[in-house]
Amino acid sequence: MSIRAVVAVVVVVLAAASAARAAPNPSDLEAELVCPTCDTTLDQSNAPIAQRMKQLIRQHIAAGWTEERIKADLVDQFGPGVLAEPPKSGFDLLAWLLPLGLLVAGALGVGVIAWGWSRRRDDPAEEAADDRPLDPELERRLDAELERYEA
Amino acid sequence: MTGDARQGTVQRVGQVIALAGVAALLALLVWKVAFGNEEGAADELARGKVVDAPAFDLDRLDQDGTLSIADLRGKPVVVNFWASWCIPCRDEAPVLEQTYRRYRDKGLVVLGIDVNDFRADARRFMGKYGLTYPIVYDGKGSTVGKWGVRGFPETFFVDRSGKLVGERISGPVDIERNRDAYERGIALALGSKQ
Repeated sequence: MSIRAVVAVVVVVLAAASAARAAPNPSDLEAELVCPTCDTTLDQSNAPIAQRMKQLIRQHIAAGWTEERIKADLVDQFGPGVLAEPPKSGFDLLAWLLPLGLLVAGALGVGVIAWGWSRRRDDPAEEAADDRPLDPELERRLDAELERYEA
Repeated sequence: MTGDARQGTVQRVGQVIALAGVAALLALLVWKVAFGNEEGAADELARGKVVDAPAFDLDRLDQDGTLSIADLRGKPVVVNFWASWCIPCRDEAPVLEQTYRRYRDKGLVVLGIDVNDFRADARRFMGKYGLTYPIVYDGKGSTVGKWGVRGFPETFFVDRSGKLVGERISGPVDIERNRDAYERGIALALGSKQ
């Protein structure tokens, strides 16, 4: 077999593999799209419109549509609410960034509080305050209470 | 600033931030409770309130362009919410077409609002049932909450001043249980006394 023939076979195999990879999986798409009348993902809905959407998704896949094109078509018909995950652009980006921001702010808050506690524990002035003798009157009352308890 | 003072300041700032977070979450909760479950026009109508037909401006399916409720001011309108996948909608489509043909000389408009549907499916449905009245497309369902639509089909009546009249009809129109309400709604929209 000539080198040219080997290269041709490799190109064809790679192209076929690439095409197979590009074909969207209907089950994956059904889990990423929302039924507009029932607010659950398509894979969990048997509503008439959900069934129609599943049917059309399969038809579009068979016609060679990419995942992006299928989603874009459904967004055009039903609006961005048809996507189970909000887009990672524009105003919808907030839906992704806000929880992350809150997580970071929470971690910072916990860090600040922990730092405050550790500072207080290491503070020699506070330790010295703990070692101060009791007020004589308080000490007398404490002794009296202990004696009464032991009796 | 001493170590104690700095530590105190840091703690106070932390407390203020935490309190602000809690206050913001509470405000969101109050807002959701107060405004999140906004009543639709149908609910207000059922309580006897005088209600304007909620506004919309949607693409037409029967021809190019858009149509808004304001464009129909001065005309009595039968507003029908439907979808091609809705089985009872098939039963009532010929009745609505008949109503349109019968009353259009008196100025009555039957307006279909196709909701949560594919445009192509809706157009096929219109062709199959020979619908000639104006139909607009609301794939996103933006009118559903404002009108208080709970299922498909549903039908409302709007008088010449743009107010909802009669009662909302849930389910296909002109069947035994709602024939009177359907005829009364049309008469009220036309301005005839019932």
